[in-house]
Amino acid sequence: MKELKLMKGNEALAEAAIRAGCDAYFGYPITPQSEVLEYLSREAEQRTGMVVLQAESEIASINMVYGAAGTGKKIMTSSSSPGISLMQEGISYIACAELPCLLVNVNRGGPGLGTIQPGQGDYFQTVKGGGHGDYRLIVLAPATVQEMADFVKEGFELAFKYRNPVMILTDGALGQMMEKVELFPQQERKFEELAWATTGKSANRQKNAITSLHLKAEQMEEVNIALQKKYKEIEKNEIRYESINCEDADIIITAYGLVARICTKSAQLAREKGIKVGVLRPISLFPFPYDVINKYANKVQGILDVEMNAGQMVEDVRLAVNGKVPVEFYGRMGGVVPDPEEILKVLEEKFVGAAV
Amino acid sequence: MNEKALIDDEHFEHTLRSEHTEIISPENIVYEKPGTLLDVDMHYCPGCGHGVVHRLLAEVIDEMEIQSEVIGVAPVGCSVLAYNYLNIDMSEAAHGRASAAATGIKRVLPEKYVFSYQGDGDLAAIGTGETIHTCNRGENILIIFINNGIYGMTGGQMAPTTLEGMKSTTSPFGRNVSTMGAPLKITELVAQLPGTQYVTRQSVHKPGNVRKAKKAIQKGFELQKQGGGTCFVEIVSNCPSNWKMTPIESNHWLEDNMLPFYPLGDIKTPNGRK
Repeated sequence: MKELKLMKGNEALAEAAIRAGCDAYFGYPITPQSEVLEYLSREAEQRTGMVVLQAESEIASINMVYGAAGTGKKIMTSSSSPGISLMQEGISYIACAELPCLLVNVNRGGPGLGTIQPGQGDYFQTVKGGGHGDYRLIVLAPATVQEMADFVKEGFELAFKYRNPVMILTDGALGQMMEKVELFPQQERKFEELAWATTGKSANRQKNAITSLHLKAEQMEEVNIALQKKYKEIEKNEIRYESINCEDADIIITAYGLVARICTKSAQLAREKGIKVGVLRPISLFPFPYDVINKYANKVQGILDVEMNAGQMVEDVRLAVNGKVPVEFYGRMGGVVPDPEEILKVLEEKFVGAAV
Repeated sequence: MNEKALIDDEHFEHTLRSEHTEIISPENIVYEKPGTLLDVDMHYCPGCGHGVVHRLLAEVIDEMEIQSEVIGVAPVGCSVLAYNYLNIDMSEAAHGRASAAATGIKRVLPEKYVFSYQGDGDLAAIGTGETIHTCNRGENILIIFINNGIYGMTGGQMAPTTLEGMKSTTSPFGRNVSTMGAPLKITELVAQLPGTQYVTRQSVHKPGNVRKAKKAIQKGFELQKQGGGTCFVEIVSNCPSNWKMTPIESNHWLEDNMLPFYPLGDIKTPNGRK
């Protein structure tokens, strides 16, 4: 039987963590994602025995994740933009030590202390690295409360499949808004002894060390080569996107997360006016659907990229399009959410005549 | 007869060898490398206390027969490579975050023994927040704190525990407490917190002290099994290289200068404040 609930995005995500059999969550309050910590503090331990700990800072949270993820258990943290900035050193260590874990950024407007309204200004930070060194997170961008829940399960699966940190990049609006969500059934919390994990060296195996330190340059390069090989594999296998009415479109809007939903409305309004517009929504931001966008660029007359920032994903869209058609950008910043009509107006200003 | 002459004496050498063959048998062994200490070259400078403390840790783990139940956390600092020397599972934490990483491990594996091994810069400067909150939550871990009053690995800069007037590369005229702050007695500080159950300060500069330090480490592990809060063992140590002394000079200097400010002994025990 379907289990349908009306839930806030943050709460759906927290509920999904419990159901996915998450072993521990370490977090620190920050708006607009504190409901994750609150919900788990209320619900998790008594239901599954999951550990929930409020740390003294995001720096402590991410390093608790580092330690705990080294045991091979399902470990998670969440925060919002300034808190995620604080975690970057730890995330870099986690990526280099190849520890599976789930991170969540409920993006708010920045830079600095910014606002508590939704934003997408952390795209570069999340997708291009954020911390020091050459590493990649697998990044999933939900657009619905349903996906806020589903991507927790999927995120853990990807994290363990590749021994790589996965980040759910969402925003303050998706975190706070309520929608109906169909919850997946409770999964058992089971502990599998993983060959690389630090669980106590038993007599029948070598000791394990979780480290990101490789003092010899050649050795460090080897580690980098192995990481890059893994990222290539991820790029080959894990691209996720949604294509909405793109097949006959003359213009495509590219947008991720919440903005893609708004743009879907803009596209509908455009079609009512006789302008054939489709929406291409990258779901995995790393790996990015370059090839998909590149193929559409052969068929359309232009692409409008819309984001809640000054233009970040648009750089990847332009890389994908590779000059085949014009790529225009429209963005609102600092926590302002664009509405469908203003996006349509921009689209008409930039492309009308060319497309119709 | 000097040592060299003895060794040159073929007859003596022969006698020595045959005697060795006879006495080398398991029942005669009084001192050997602990199994938990790996047979590899350590990078530590001659005379440094780290090697001694590593050995003590290994001895305690062997004697308690808990090798398969221990997970250690190495810091950033001179002992960053501790995981290469100890034959146990270990995690190498970011600078200052060893106690947070240890918290993460202990929370998901509460039945295991978890310890962090940290220097003064790691534990009492960049990681002060983690140290205090780990102790305040009373995490059931053992924190081993090596205090030599200096940043060793980066080449002798001032540490939070550098003594007043002590010269370092970043306090070249001596630590001026009016501008650089006073040396931080973080061990006394964490002893104030209800979360700690055992807080002690030891040293390894003399054989007697080495034995006491070992007992403290052992007690830290034993108490962990019973729960009851954080165990915190400070070991006042030396840094011959960056103090610019011979190992023997450094041990004398430690006794004359470090110990008056960092007095040895238990600060807090489970049976009450000492």
